[in-house]
Amino acid sequence: MSVRYLLRGAAPLGDEPTDVLLADGVVSALGADAAQAADDEDVVVLDATGLVLLPGLVDLHTHLREPGREDAETVRSGTRAAALGGYTAVHAMANTSPVADTAGVVEQVWRLGRDAGWVDVHPVGAVTVGLAGERLAELAAMADSAARVRVFSDDGKCVDDPVVMRRALEYVKAFDGVVAQHAQEPRLTENAQMHEGVVSAELGLAGWPAVAEEAIIARDCLLAEHVGSRLHVLHVSTAGSVEIVRWAKSRGIDVTAEATPHHLGLTDDEARGYDPLFKVNPPLRTAADVEALRAGLADGTIDTVGTDHAPHSREDKDCEWAAAAFGMTGLETALSVVQATMVDTGRMTWADVARVMSVTPARIGRVADQGRPIAVGEPANLVLVDPRARRVVEPRRASQSENNPFRGRELPGRVVATFLRGRATVLDGRSVDATTEEV
Amino acid sequence: MRHLLSAADLSRDEAVQILDTAAQMAATQSREIKKLPTLRGRTVINLFFEDSTRTRISFETAAKRLSADVINFSAKGSSVSKGESLKDTALTLAAMGADAVVIRHQSSGAPHTLAHAGWTGCAVVNAGDGTHQHPTQALLDAYTLRRHLAGPGDVAGRDLAGLHVAIVGDVLHSRVARSNVQLLTTLGARVTLVAPPTLVPVGVHTWPCEVSYHLDDVLAGGPDAVMMLRVQRERMAGGGGGFFPSPLEYTRGYGLDARRVATLPEHAIVMHPGPMNRGLEISADAADGPRAVIVEQVANGVAVRMAVLYLLLAGGGATRPTSPDDETRIPA
Repeated sequence: MSVRYLLRGAAPLGDEPTDVLLADGVVSALGADAAQAADDEDVVVLDATGLVLLPGLVDLHTHLREPGREDAETVRSGTRAAALGGYTAVHAMANTSPVADTAGVVEQVWRLGRDAGWVDVHPVGAVTVGLAGERLAELAAMADSAARVRVFSDDGKCVDDPVVMRRALEYVKAFDGVVAQHAQEPRLTENAQMHEGVVSAELGLAGWPAVAEEAIIARDCLLAEHVGSRLHVLHVSTAGSVEIVRWAKSRGIDVTAEATPHHLGLTDDEARGYDPLFKVNPPLRTAADVEALRAGLADGTIDTVGTDHAPHSREDKDCEWAAAAFGMTGLETALSVVQATMVDTGRMTWADVARVMSVTPARIGRVADQGRPIAVGEPANLVLVDPRARRVVEPRRASQSENNPFRGRELPGRVVATFLRGRATVLDGRSVDATTEEV
Repeated sequence: MRHLLSAADLSRDEAVQILDTAAQMAATQSREIKKLPTLRGRTVINLFFEDSTRTRISFETAAKRLSADVINFSAKGSSVSKGESLKDTALTLAAMGADAVVIRHQSSGAPHTLAHAGWTGCAVVNAGDGTHQHPTQALLDAYTLRRHLAGPGDVAGRDLAGLHVAIVGDVLHSRVARSNVQLLTTLGARVTLVAPPTLVPVGVHTWPCEVSYHLDDVLAGGPDAVMMLRVQRERMAGGGGGFFPSPLEYTRGYGLDARRVATLPEHAIVMHPGPMNRGLEISADAADGPRAVIVEQVANGVAVRMAVLYLLLAGGGATRPTSPDDETRIPA
């Protein structure tokens, strides 16, 4: 029998503190019923006074790099980072080598995740063969595989051919899938290095115009409406995109949208030092865009926060800007950035955080046992957060890569414990290896 | 001044000091023996990742006239993704004991990275990076403008206050334009950029200059100088291409020819950083005519680069005037 945990005085969703008992993989009791177990021999009591209890976070947008770039991240290292960040499920993007465009590759990633045991790994299937944007991958085979893929994306590349995008939107309806689009008009962004605007003009770096994202989002919303499909827009980064999504929702189009922590927290001014740490796709935008994203997240136009955790080896970042890879890590800091930008600023409650970082991502990804209410009988996928803690971000902890744009900065909030089906993957802020924790 | 990376790094006084020092350097260059002992025993490395005959030779000449040892390191073709990285090249050069690195690189910001990544302690001089900056070009242009237009009499100590300079052509891809907008306005000049709208960067409205799409209108305003930019066809493949319909249409709208030169005020000068696309942005008549100071710009480039190397390596800081008893002072 596994260890039972009694969380004393935890505040579910930031509400009134109560006691929460985790046993047999579920929330087995709350309040006085839970407190009764305090003296039982097999119960580990955790003082959760002042801590917020949230459903375990669910990331719809993680690059685990395996197979292919195990020098930057592995399923094991990336999912351990995820657990430290408060996650209990991640969706592993398809741009691996080989590309996750067959049932074989998605099952491999799924098994690696299961063997690692830190979080549930849900592989994302590529929309097109080899991410080439030309013909659909065998989407149904991936959906029917052991990995049960429901989210399909060519992330890193845009499905820019309108006919291919239309077919994908239609085809995944057969298995309740969703196409998650990386919105980037390729011709408008050839060789693009950063947001096109005042800073790019000064720095002489080729610009990535906002319209290249907005035009694709507008097109895809209209396509989704036309064929009656659902659409998920990854890493929305511009004020115009927020407006388009808001308009699409007002028309009843079944669209959901994601913002990343870095687009909520950083602007294109970071590029001024030419440090490739801040090179990312889509690029960091202006302060006005950041404000629009925060407003959109607060009012529900933006549905989810996804990390776009994109580890890169040191040699891919320790070079001049143009030669560097796009991307930043984020699993270990996402919750802190959301707290800093949305909660501590009074724009969102912890219940809202649970909605955008757990409940809605799980719903979009059709993950039944994640993002659940904190109630008796529900799966014990949970995270305990200390919102009063402050910490200076280390370049890396569990991730194999150190390209976190917030490194060296002080952020609020600390993940104290993470539970995956009642088993602690993180305790006292440190990861707990599955092989040693089980009794 | 520890490095020279961007024209934006220079204050008015620092820029004027460089121009004054360049004038002293230029004065020594009319002598029979042109070489000064100032940088004897110092090593300057010309690190060129991108083709440039004139800038490399200009820096090489400047360093040699100051008695520095010069090593030319042409890394063209050693693409950063395939060959040796910029970091390894920098570590190699640092190990060889270079005092200054003059770098030209196709990537905007590469000199900044070289100066600040902790790879080397050398002084770094930006000799042109991507579409970002080319500060010594702006300094030699300012020097040339001052020599011709800031008079009468001795121009030492003067800036470019009151002058109006039109910079014409491919602004989008031009590090020369970016550097000049910053430096010339720091020195008090008024700058108007003239280009087809496709070759003006988004975000230009924050620059301290005016922008016009009509060359003839700007020339009618009587600028004191017209600086023609090279149409950088090699950079136009990126960004989607197709910046103007045809070379002929470009020349019609933005080329400087004899007719347009004739509309300029009598004192106005014609400049070009080179290399020129004759017949595209500038006609032979305009390039070789009496208003053109294009060849003189090249000569001034050596003096300005001597001044920059001197102030970086021997001057101990651009804000500190050289004392008369400094053994490395410039012979009067």
